Amino acid sequence: MLKSPAQSTPTSPLSVEKTKNKIADQEAKFTLNAKDKYFAWAFLGPSLLILGVFIFYPMVKTLYLSLFLTNTVGKTTVFVGLSNYINLLTSADYLSSLGVTLFYVFAVTIITIALGLVLANLASKRLPGIGLFRTLFSATMGVSVSVAAIFWLFIFNPSTGFLSLASTFLHLPQIPWLTDPTAAMWAVIITTVWMNLGFTFLILLGAMSSVPTTLYEAANIEGASSRFQFFHITIPSISPTLFFVSIITLIESFKSFGLIDLMTKGGPTNATNMLVYRIYKDAFYSGNFAQASAESIILTIIIALFTLLQFKVLEKRVNY
Amino acid sequence: MDIVTKPKLSRRIWDYTLLTVLALIILAPFLIGLWTSFLPTMQIAQGNFLSTKVSLQNYIDAFTQTPILRYLGNSLVISTATMIAQLIFCSMSAYAFVFLKFKGRKFLFGMFLATMMLPFEAEIIPNFQTVKALGLLNSYSVMVIPFLTSAFGVFMLRQSFMQMPIELKEAADIEGLGHFQFYWKMVLPYNRIPLMTLGAYSFLGAWNQYLWPMLTTFSNDFRPVQNGLRQLQSEETFNDWGMIQATAAIVVIPTLIVLFIGQHYFKSGVNEGAVK
Repeated sequence: MLKSPAQSTPTSPLSVEKTKNKIADQEAKFTLNAKDKYFAWAFLGPSLLILGVFIFYPMVKTLYLSLFLTNTVGKTTVFVGLSNYINLLTSADYLSSLGVTLFYVFAVTIITIALGLVLANLASKRLPGIGLFRTLFSATMGVSVSVAAIFWLFIFNPSTGFLSLASTFLHLPQIPWLTDPTAAMWAVIITTVWMNLGFTFLILLGAMSSVPTTLYEAANIEGASSRFQFFHITIPSISPTLFFVSIITLIESFKSFGLIDLMTKGGPTNATNMLVYRIYKDAFYSGNFAQASAESIILTIIIALFTLLQFKVLEKRVNY
Repeated sequence: MDIVTKPKLSRRIWDYTLLTVLALIILAPFLIGLWTSFLPTMQIAQGNFLSTKVSLQNYIDAFTQTPILRYLGNSLVISTATMIAQLIFCSMSAYAFVFLKFKGRKFLFGMFLATMMLPFEAEIIPNFQTVKALGLLNSYSVMVIPFLTSAFGVFMLRQSFMQMPIELKEAADIEGLGHFQFYWKMVLPYNRIPLMTLGAYSFLGAWNQYLWPMLTTFSNDFRPVQNGLRQLQSEETFNDWGMIQATAAIVVIPTLIVLFIGQHYFKSGVNEGAVK
C-alpha cells in the first residue's frame, strides 16, 4: 500500500492540462535550443542511469532468462522458448497461486474501499471533536509491515493469542487462524485491510470534503434520506478518487510480500502462496531462476494492465 | 453534512457511539499490543491477559538485549539518504521535462512513465545479480542506490512545475538566470509543498521496504528495522511475546507521533501555500 498523502488529487499522466498562463502553455512556442540539449543530459543523467540499470535492464534480463533453462547460479543453459510459460500456465500448483492471489487482491480491495467509505462518510459529519476521530481513523498509516505482523500474530496466536482467549472466555468455538488454509487467508486479508485503512480513509475523506455543500443542502430541502444522499451525491461526486484508490489498492495487493513472509510463509499447504512470495521462493530457495523469471513477467503483465487502465480512465475523468 | 437541519440529540448519541466503537476496533491491535508489552511473558503464556504484574521490564530487555536501536538507526540512515537523493534527482529530471527543449523529450518522458508499470518485485533476480557483481551486498548503499530516483516522483513534480506562472520564467530570462540558478533559486522554493510531499513519500517508501533489504543484508550492522523485527522473532525460540511487543511499540510510537504532528503541519503547510 502506498502510504502517503501525495496523491489526494488524482492526476493522469496522459491528460493534457488546459490552464491559462502556465508554463504548460509554452508547449505552443516550442523551439529547439541547442544549448538545452547539454543541460538536459546533465539534469536527466542521474535518473536515466538509475532507471536504466535497476528498472529497464532487469526487465529485459528477466524476459531473456524466462526463455531459457538456468542452472543454480542463474546462468542460462538451454533455450526453451515459451515452455517455461506453458509449464506454469498448465501447472495446477501455479494456477492455484494465481487463484489465491486474485481472491486475496479482490477481497482486500473491496473490503478496504467499503470500510474506508463508511469511516470517511462518518468522519465527514460536522460534529464537535470530529478531528480526534479523523486522527484515530488514520492511525494505521503509521504502521509498517513488521509491526502490523507482530500485533496481528499475537491476536491470531492459537494458544495464548487474544482471539483464542476471547473465544474461551465467551465459550465460542476456537478458530485455528494460522493453521487452517481458509482461516489463514482471512487472517492475512484482515491484517492487510487494517494496514490499508488509514491511507484509504484519508484520501476518501479529502475527496468527500471537496463535494460542494450546496448539493447536500438541496437534497435536504427535497427531504432526501442520508442513505440516498450517500449513494446519489457522495459516491458519484468522488468517483475519480474512488477509482484511483481502488486501482492502487489492487496493484499494491498484487505485490504483497512482507505480511505473507511474516505471518504464513505462504502456507498452510500453499493457501497463501501468492505471486511475489512464489517468485522469491522459486528463485532464492529452489534456485529455479528461469521459472521465477517467467513468473515475474506474468506478474509484470498483470500490473502493467491495471496501471494502464488507471492512466486511461483517469484521463477521461470518471464522473457523472 | 448536517448543516441545514439541526441534528436531533438521539441522532448525535448514535453518531458518537458508532464513531467510538469503530475507533476502538481500529485501535484494538495497538492497545492489545501495548498492554501485553507491559506484561511478563510468563503471564502472557499462561493466558493471564488481565494480570496486574505490569512493569517496564520488557522495554529494558528490548533496549539492552536486542539491537533494536541499531535497526532504527539503520532505517533512519537509509530512509534519509533515499529521501534527499529523490528530492534532488526527481526535481532535476522534472525540471528537464518542463523547462528544457530537446530532441526526444516526449519519448524519454514516455519511458519514465513506462517504468511506473514495471514492479520492482518482478525484477529482483537480475537486480540481485547486479548488486552482487558490484560488490554492494550487505551495505547501506545496496538499499539506497536502486532507489535514488523514482518515476512517480518525477511525474508528480513535473505536474506541479507545469503549474508555475509563466511570468516567473520570463522574469528569470530577463534577469539572465541560467538553468541551474533558475532551478535552484526559483523552481525549488516555489514548489516546496510538492517537494515536502515527495520527501514524506520517499522517506516512508524506504522505511517500509521489506523484500529488497531481506535479500541483500545479512548482518545487524545494516539490517533495517522491518527486517530486524523479523530477525528478532525468528531468534526468540521461546516466543518472548512481552519483549517482542515492546520492540513493536518502540518502533511504532515514534512513527505515530511523527504522523500526528506531520498531519497537522502538512495541513497548515497546504493552507499557507494556498494563501501565498
